[in-house]
Amino acid sequence: MTPEAPFEEPWQARAFAMTVRLHEAGHFTWPAWSEHLGRALRAEPERPYWESWLAALEELTAGSGLASTAELNDRQAAWRRAHEETPHGQPVRLTDQ
Amino acid sequence: MHDHDHEPGALEFRVQALESLLAERGYVDPEAMDRLIETYEHEVGPHNGAQVVARAWTDPAYKARLLSDGSAAIAELGFTGRQGEHMVVVENTPEVHNLVVCTLCSCYPWPVLGLPPVWYKAPPYRARAVIEPRAVLAEFGMEVGDDVEVRVWDSTAEIRYLVLPEQPAGTEGWDAAALAGLVTRDAMIGTGLAAAP
Repeated sequence: MTPEAPFEEPWQARAFAMTVRLHEAGHFTWPAWSEHLGRALRAEPERPYWESWLAALEELTAGSGLASTAELNDRQAAWRRAHEETPHGQPVRLTDQ
Repeated sequence: MHDHDHEPGALEFRVQALESLLAERGYVDPEAMDRLIETYEHEVGPHNGAQVVARAWTDPAYKARLLSDGSAAIAELGFTGRQGEHMVVVENTPEVHNLVVCTLCSCYPWPVLGLPPVWYKAPPYRARAVIEPRAVLAEFGMEVGDDVEVRVWDSTAEIRYLVLPEQPAGTEGWDAAALAGLVTRDAMIGTGLAAAP
């Protein structure tokens, strides 16, 4: 019996693990998580599952003050720049935090 | 990749951004996340549930405990933890076929089945399993007779269900290890039967 891999892309595994660890650290209950995920799935039924998962996670982290949407936007842009400016084969690091 | 609506890599950078912010603030530990991912990619899966089912088929006293207190009986075999705290085991019989769904999102008994397959999380299954379970079962290749009652169980954030499938004919006297090899993931969700020997 070879069950299918639970994740199609590494980012999905990171988003999953972040969610479980934040829950275990007491930042939200699992029923609260299910509510947010269910809402995100219903809001855009055609959106891929893990994108809805990420949307629900962002909503919870922003709503509880762990990381705001503005901070997240800035950091996402910083990672993109770092990625683009790093020579191929070198580890990508943030320099302008 | 599914991110056709995004710039290339947008989701990766987004998740990397969230993780780095949360890690800097001490809310998550990336190494603990690594270990958690490793667990669900390589250790936890339907082979756990298959052991539970095979034990129930070979040990009537265990089966009785499993049906009366699923969480405790499953914990006897060492399968505990996240999303397995309140397990209810439902038994298939010649008269009743059980089917498990999560209509809200993707609640699933991780300690015994691992993480759910793609179809379990997809809108068609979540919507249709309750409305037209026999049609859904037919699409999984299962013909359930009119004389068999189909019971659908909607998982929640609190209660998780596991189907105890019927033991296939011709396997009387097999040991639990051999029987476990016949127990598929789908048989424990209710979208399949245990494999024929």
